[in-house]
Amino acid sequence: MVEHAEIRMVRRGGSKINFREPVITNDSRFLLCAAGESVNVYSTSTEEFVHDLQGHTDLVTGVVLNPSNHLQVYSCSADGTVRLWDFMDGILIKTFIIGYPIYSIYVSEKHGGVVFVVVPMANYKSSELFQLVAVHLPRSGDQEVEARELSAVLCDVSPHPGAVSFGREGEYIAATKGLQLEVFFFKKQKSYRFSLKSGMKKGVKNAFTCVSCHPKEDCIATGHADGKIRLWRNFNQKKEYTYTTLHWHHGAVNTLCFTPEGTNLLSGGIESVLVHWHYTQENQKDFLPRLGAAITHIAVSPDGSLFCTSHSDNKITIIQSCVKVSAIIQGLVKGDGVWTDLIIDPRSKALVLNGKPGHLQFYSLHRDKQLYNLDIVQQEYINEEGLDQFEVVKAAFDARGDWLATVEERRKKGAELEINLKLWAYDKLTQSFVLNTTVTAPHEDRITGMFFSPSPETTMLVTTSLDDHFKAWLLADHSDTKEGFWSCDFVGGYHLLKPGCCSYSADGSLLAVGFQEVVTVWSPASWELLTTLSQPPGAIRDLCFGRLSCSKYLLGTSTKNQLCCWNLLTCSLEWSTPMDVSLLQADPLSENMAAFCSQSGSSDCECYLVSGSSYQYQHNYFASFGLDYVLHMAGSPWVFYNMCCSLVVRLTQPSRNRSNGLHSSICPLLPPVFVFKPSEPRPLYSQKALCTGKVQHAVFAPRDQMLESCEERTQWLNRSQLYFITQDMDLLTFSTKTEEDRLLASSKQLMVDDSVAVTPFYLLLGKHRRQQLEKQEALTNPMAERTQLPQGSIAIKELLHTPAHVLPSASFLCAMFVRSLLVSRSSAR
Amino acid sequence: MASFKPTKIPIYPKLGEKVTPDTLYWKNYKAPVQIKEFGAVTSIDFSPLAPHNYAVTASTRIHIYGPFSQEPVKTFTRFKDTAYSGKFRSDGQLLVAGCEDSVVRLFDVSGKVALRVFKGHTKGVHVTDFTSDCYHILTGSDDYTCRLWDIPNSTELTSYKEHTDYIRCGTTSKLNRDIFITGSYDHTLRVFDARVEKSVMTMDHSQPVESVLLYPSEGLLVSSGGRYVKVWDLLKGGQPLVSLKNHHKTVTCLGLSSNGQRLLSASLDRHVKIYNTTNYKVVHNFDYAASILSLALAPDDESIVVGMTNGVLSIKHRKSPEEKQEVAGKQRVRPVYRVFVKGRNYVPKKDDFFVSKPVKSHLAKYDKQLKRFNISKALDTALENRKPDITVAVMKELDRRGTLKNALAGRDEQNLSQLLNFLIGNVVDPRFTPVLVTATEMILDIYQAVVGQSSVVDRQLVRLQELVEREIDYQQDLLEVLGMLDTLFATSLPRKEVILKTSCILSINLHLVRNSFILYL
Repeated sequence: MVEHAEIRMVRRGGSKINFREPVITNDSRFLLCAAGESVNVYSTSTEEFVHDLQGHTDLVTGVVLNPSNHLQVYSCSADGTVRLWDFMDGILIKTFIIGYPIYSIYVSEKHGGVVFVVVPMANYKSSELFQLVAVHLPRSGDQEVEARELSAVLCDVSPHPGAVSFGREGEYIAATKGLQLEVFFFKKQKSYRFSLKSGMKKGVKNAFTCVSCHPKEDCIATGHADGKIRLWRNFNQKKEYTYTTLHWHHGAVNTLCFTPEGTNLLSGGIESVLVHWHYTQENQKDFLPRLGAAITHIAVSPDGSLFCTSHSDNKITIIQSCVKVSAIIQGLVKGDGVWTDLIIDPRSKALVLNGKPGHLQFYSLHRDKQLYNLDIVQQEYINEEGLDQFEVVKAAFDARGDWLATVEERRKKGAELEINLKLWAYDKLTQSFVLNTTVTAPHEDRITGMFFSPSPETTMLVTTSLDDHFKAWLLADHSDTKEGFWSCDFVGGYHLLKPGCCSYSADGSLLAVGFQEVVTVWSPASWELLTTLSQPPGAIRDLCFGRLSCSKYLLGTSTKNQLCCWNLLTCSLEWSTPMDVSLLQADPLSENMAAFCSQSGSSDCECYLVSGSSYQYQHNYFASFGLDYVLHMAGSPWVFYNMCCSLVVRLTQPSRNRSNGLHSSICPLLPPVFVFKPSEPRPLYSQKALCTGKVQHAVFAPRDQMLESCEERTQWLNRSQLYFITQDMDLLTFSTKTEEDRLLASSKQLMVDDSVAVTPFYLLLGKHRRQQLEKQEALTNPMAERTQLPQGSIAIKELLHTPAHVLPSASFLCAMFVRSLLVSRSSAR
Repeated sequence: MASFKPTKIPIYPKLGEKVTPDTLYWKNYKAPVQIKEFGAVTSIDFSPLAPHNYAVTASTRIHIYGPFSQEPVKTFTRFKDTAYSGKFRSDGQLLVAGCEDSVVRLFDVSGKVALRVFKGHTKGVHVTDFTSDCYHILTGSDDYTCRLWDIPNSTELTSYKEHTDYIRCGTTSKLNRDIFITGSYDHTLRVFDARVEKSVMTMDHSQPVESVLLYPSEGLLVSSGGRYVKVWDLLKGGQPLVSLKNHHKTVTCLGLSSNGQRLLSASLDRHVKIYNTTNYKVVHNFDYAASILSLALAPDDESIVVGMTNGVLSIKHRKSPEEKQEVAGKQRVRPVYRVFVKGRNYVPKKDDFFVSKPVKSHLAKYDKQLKRFNISKALDTALENRKPDITVAVMKELDRRGTLKNALAGRDEQNLSQLLNFLIGNVVDPRFTPVLVTATEMILDIYQAVVGQSSVVDRQLVRLQELVEREIDYQQDLLEVLGMLDTLFATSLPRKEVILKTSCILSINLHLVRNSFILYL
């Protein structure tokens, strides 16, 4: 283990920002949202990332403003702590240790010093029950305080954060679960339960999905799985409660929110339409349609001027006064899957993969930011379940990044496949791709592979398909049209076998196509079949030509656990090893190759249940170093991927430095990765325990600047970095320690830069205002501020410009200097 | 908030032949005028004089038609037997014609009775022509001889007996009064000089020669016989230049377009082919109802006249450009130019702020309905559209949204018949079949309960069924042909298979529809 300590695996970007409801600060300038293990702070006006609040050792499950101080924020996490932050400066003020994983947090102005959190029921650890407890936060000066003073408020609540809401001025709290609404009155210390019928008729799904209470009146709004919204009134008694029903949504109501004055009710669901109900005239409603993806959360700023909606495609939209989208904060979109491989755009060096439905996203790896979305399908997206949508299944760039080829397909139930091949030209003027050619039905069946020729002279595209053919497409020059379009140049096949994969040699002079067990090598210039290679048994799964000094080698992997290397000069097998390679990736800048193996014996998915309803723990351990577990939501039932049993104990007592010893006990189960040169069957580097599950896609991304490492083990990381994506859609990469340190340093530097860059006067004036607000001064006098500044500067000038040998002693000067900075009480008023 | 993305109308490849300047030129003729003659039309000749009347020789008479009249201007009927080869003199005053009774007659175009009668041939005369000096007549006969006659004296000047079979075609030089060319069924072409006793040049066509044509420069000679059209270079001593084989029956007649750039050949296979005279590629093709015997082009290609074996004379007139203008002539009164440039040419000053107007995007009517999820109305507006590709694209979009069935349902008789009309018109179009077959099946599914309630709809359904069955038969035949071709071309190209597959899919689709018809009707 010691020799691997140099290279480690880190998670890169793409944390979920739509996991919990975002929070808009009182002055509507910042937006805070839970993102993985940290809380991100964004500017609402420029949509830029300002800084993040780091400290939690596990997934952050809730963010809420401190009701007694609006410059502070509480965050809770599955690591069992509630932390209090100053979000302006990014300082951790206090840590309250609760001791149980927390799933959501609620506060109310009326209940000062108390936070309400949802934790698993202590006695039933193995069941799926949760309770809402009130935590009295101890007032002590320590950084870390244990808050053990818990009192249960409601038993058996839903862990979903939208299922609990505080009522008018914190007098009561409403919680929903299943078909039941429970209202607890704090004054009376009594709770009422109202339940709906389970819906005997077919198609009626009465289950509650979310709840929101009116801030000024006694009214509770609940959303239901069948799209209805019920407004409950007169619920302070068991019998004579009433409710009215509003119905617009055709899918489940995901989230509800009242505006601060209670004049409007906002609701959202899968239709991706923000519905704006008028509270007094319930028939009137406004819509904000086509927000992009299903709405998961809605938040309103405390003054009611800004709304923000989080969407299922990892996006937060900021909306000004319900009419105009003013900003969009977009994270790495993790759709249903990555069908296109991970691709690097040669121009922008951005990672390209499936984004929103029917789009390709360009994601900058260095800045951890989505650059833009390219609409491939160009059709109105219909948000409806059970509809077959067009999906982008293949994408490829040519060597210079001038052309992009995409394949979209739609499989209808019981009908034929619809495939479109589209070719996009890069337009320098608009800095984006413009559609050049659409080929409908380029093949009879699914396209299995698509590659551009890497040679700079000819732009040629090769597609292989399950219809037993591969086709070469060429840009045809037509004098009558302004620019050329693509047309089929050659159709090839081999004994009616299905081509599985293809690969170009580095100079584009050879094309290798794998037809089941046989590798055929063609010359693209004359379309002549040069030679065939085969190494039965097992169909060819992946093909890769060697590069640079190893360009005479062709590598192939077969389904029957073989990695073969052929010498193309002698047309014979150079070496082969028994190895179940699931993915073979060549580094475009060096001769290195990475092979990901899928260990068939990875029986590491034992399921076991931990307390809590509908929660399922599966252990899933990421090799090492603080990559704890992933909490990830798949539809409405929630699945928690967790570590194995031994780690749950560790979870409750979070430790910053996780030792390496642990992962050695798990690693035999996990798929390894090997990095090697084709010229010799000896790995340069191997990492045994990579992650659970199969590695889906991988790519070598070129670095901005080369690293200068001369150690053999890390040399392969010098020119490019290996990124890969796992079954759980996590983007991981390999990195060295020195690089991490450098990154950390640069990010710190960036943080200061970012805050300066907001506005020129932001730091100067903003800091003053904040200080004054903290002193809780009602009025700030800008005149006082301005007069005060030159005073201070004169004192400093005197201090600095007087020659040192004539100055009085330092202790005397210090007192004078500090006094010059103080603001006298009279001038401030 | 993203804006609504309008429905994509796919661009389909143009079916049929490619549009070239030639097709545009040769397609620019009106629908043909057809005149019935008494027998097979053996010869057509245009008068070189201004109204360009033309003489049509059919059976025992020669009709002279004016350029636009469908009734003969003049008729010569004084023939004892079948007349042949009515020809105008270069001044348009005289007309000569041969006859099966071996007598050659010369007429004044304004008169009725023959001015001169040339007797001497012993068998029918199929070839007559004036020499370029207008004083002599060339004749060729089935008695294997060709003769020159003097018009003023009506005496025979010379007789050449070199051919060994019927002489069926011949032409005189327009540049030299002494030179003429004859073609015969003995497979030879002979060039004669009246000043010499014997033929000066002989060319072997190796088929019975049916027609000869001299280029205006008279450097090249074109002959037709059998299925071949051959071009000879006279300046190189009768060297064969090209041999064209584009017809599958005997080529009977040749013609030249007025600018000499295009060569026309008419054949018994009912086609007229037009060649480019620089590369001798076929650039256009006309189809006629019967085997063609004669062909003539008016000066400036104003009309194409074709005579056929069944006695039908077909005349195609060129579309005049004035008529085109008439159609497009009704122009709306547009606002004056000033309205459009108002304020446009204002040059902003240095400190001015630009306030740009938001660009308004216009949606098509059906897109507006689709945006509001009014699916039935969207389909209605799409059906009103004249272009079937738009309607089909909207149907496809509805299908993608999973709402095509809802959009098709709930229609009354009038609406349904409109829909069925559209289907009848387009369901067998291979570009639209995949989408329309699903729509047809859905309609049959939805409306099977009301079959028999409306006579209009029932009639249309029956028509649709017939159409589908006929198309299936066609497809079957095509597949059979393709199968035969595949066996013939042992070295089959992979693309052939693709064609086979697509037509397979089409026919499978149609089979499905037929099955549902059988089920419901």
